[in-house]
Amino acid sequence: MSRLPVRKTYKLFIGGAFPRSESGRTYDAEGANVARGSRKDLRDAVRIARQAGAGWSGMTAYNRGQVVYRVAEMMETRRAELAGLSSGADEVERAIDRVVWYAGWADKLAQVVGSANPVAGPYFNFTIPEPTGVVGILAPEPPLLGLVSRLAPVLVGGNTAVVVASEAHPLVAIELAECLATADVPPGVVNVITGLRRELAPQLASHMDVVALDVTGADGDLAELERLGAENVKRIVRGKADGQSPYEIEAFLELKTVWHPIGM
Amino acid sequence: MATAPVLPGGFELPLEPRLPRLGSIDAVALEERAATLATRSIKKGSKVFALDLAIRVLDLTTLEGADTPGKVAALTSKGIRPDPSDPNIPSVAAICVYPNLVAYAVERTRGTGVKVAAVATSFPSGQSSLDVKLLETREVIDAGADEVDMVIDRGAFLSGRYAQVYDEIVRVKEVCAGRAHLKVILETGELGTYDNVRRASLLAIAGGADFIKTSTGKLPSSATLPVTLCMLEAIRDVHEETGRVVGMKAAGGIRQAKQAVQYLVQVHETLGLAWLTPDRYRLGASTLLNDVLMQIRKERTGRYQNPDYFTVD
Repeated sequence: MSRLPVRKTYKLFIGGAFPRSESGRTYDAEGANVARGSRKDLRDAVRIARQAGAGWSGMTAYNRGQVVYRVAEMMETRRAELAGLSSGADEVERAIDRVVWYAGWADKLAQVVGSANPVAGPYFNFTIPEPTGVVGILAPEPPLLGLVSRLAPVLVGGNTAVVVASEAHPLVAIELAECLATADVPPGVVNVITGLRRELAPQLASHMDVVALDVTGADGDLAELERLGAENVKRIVRGKADGQSPYEIEAFLELKTVWHPIGM
Repeated sequence: MATAPVLPGGFELPLEPRLPRLGSIDAVALEERAATLATRSIKKGSKVFALDLAIRVLDLTTLEGADTPGKVAALTSKGIRPDPSDPNIPSVAAICVYPNLVAYAVERTRGTGVKVAAVATSFPSGQSSLDVKLLETREVIDAGADEVDMVIDRGAFLSGRYAQVYDEIVRVKEVCAGRAHLKVILETGELGTYDNVRRASLLAIAGGADFIKTSTGKLPSSATLPVTLCMLEAIRDVHEETGRVVGMKAAGGIRQAKQAVQYLVQVHETLGLAWLTPDRYRLGASTLLNDVLMQIRKERTGRYQNPDYFTVD
């Protein structure tokens, strides 16, 4: 007997759940009806990302690295699905390898980015990296590798993220969200909104509770996004859509310097 | 909706035998009505009006064991000028504090129009002798409080000793008369049923309450929309039958601007515009103010706001 296959509805990923857009709207992408997220979905995602920040940044760096590594494990088990929604097996494998590469950096950042600074005076002086907070990401193409390349450094540094998925190829971002939901990434640490860039990007850029904006995947009026982001002095980050470096992580870190007296 | 319970005509005494026989509230209908009103979509102009009103009817409250004169001073400054960067934001209605901090609040609010409310009568439990309660009430009024928030003795009420509860309200009212407004806290979270809430509301109104108030804020279950609706309907029925005007104060657990708007919608739908003034309606809250300020700034600037840019309280 033939069986009617169950088709998947692609929805948003907010706070560890997969809700439809509060607006009820959808748009057509890649032959599917995809949730067309609204500014209120974005608002909810930012609020939840902020709440999730304390737990995620409070984890030990080693533990955080383990969680990111598990994301790679979950992606490995879904290689076929991810390949079907991206450019193919090659992109998926490179994306998985990139996650593993960044996972290894979690507990090595402080040693590489931080420093013990010689100063003239009876003091120790340390520089320690700390996460920035809620980071907005406008995901670049290619849809999987580009997203992973921008998301992994944000996560490894202890930030939480609100991702606006590729407008033309949003499905793989939700597939990746399913990997994140089944890895041990706490709810709210990563939130994925699908929808129209021109609606969502300005809201993300102007939100006072988003402290950094990754515009690597921004198209259109970049200057306008920068202007909106200036109100709360957001970090505007332009990185590589396909590349890996500890400095991509550093771009989302605050370097805090501590003075400590000695010899007294 | 079910027919409204019969009121004790004119509240003539003895009230006690009448109260247990008040008709029962239709809980399902009440909750459904409250839930329906909460779904009202309030946009733009109405929303800005509601947010502005929420500040004007706010009793900015601090009732912690750790309260100090310094904290009251900070709270009072915030109540007088909630957003120092925006002179269009109105002052709150009152500052609500414990009895021994009344004097500090009175000193700080002098000449501003912001009133001082004091909790009295062994807040929050109400478990002490009548003499102690009356003494406390007298003290806070002498210290300059404009409003007294008294608690009823829930133990007596739940045991059916309505006369005792009534007498206490009457005696406290005698102390307040002409000098301070009396708000009677029912602590609905301990009353158990809507029938009891209505009974206690009528008892408090009969005893002379200027306002009836939901909760102390010290219980996990405080003000809820159905409970306040139940009390508002009691106020409405009294007003329709006797013409007497009684105010309402919802307090406890109202932390978000969205909730505040829902409470205001409920008042407007039940009692009308006449009740949407600080003389007849109050919201008791502490953290609510910051959220309302954030929403107002969101409406003005179009940007979603960050709590880090608002004062800690």
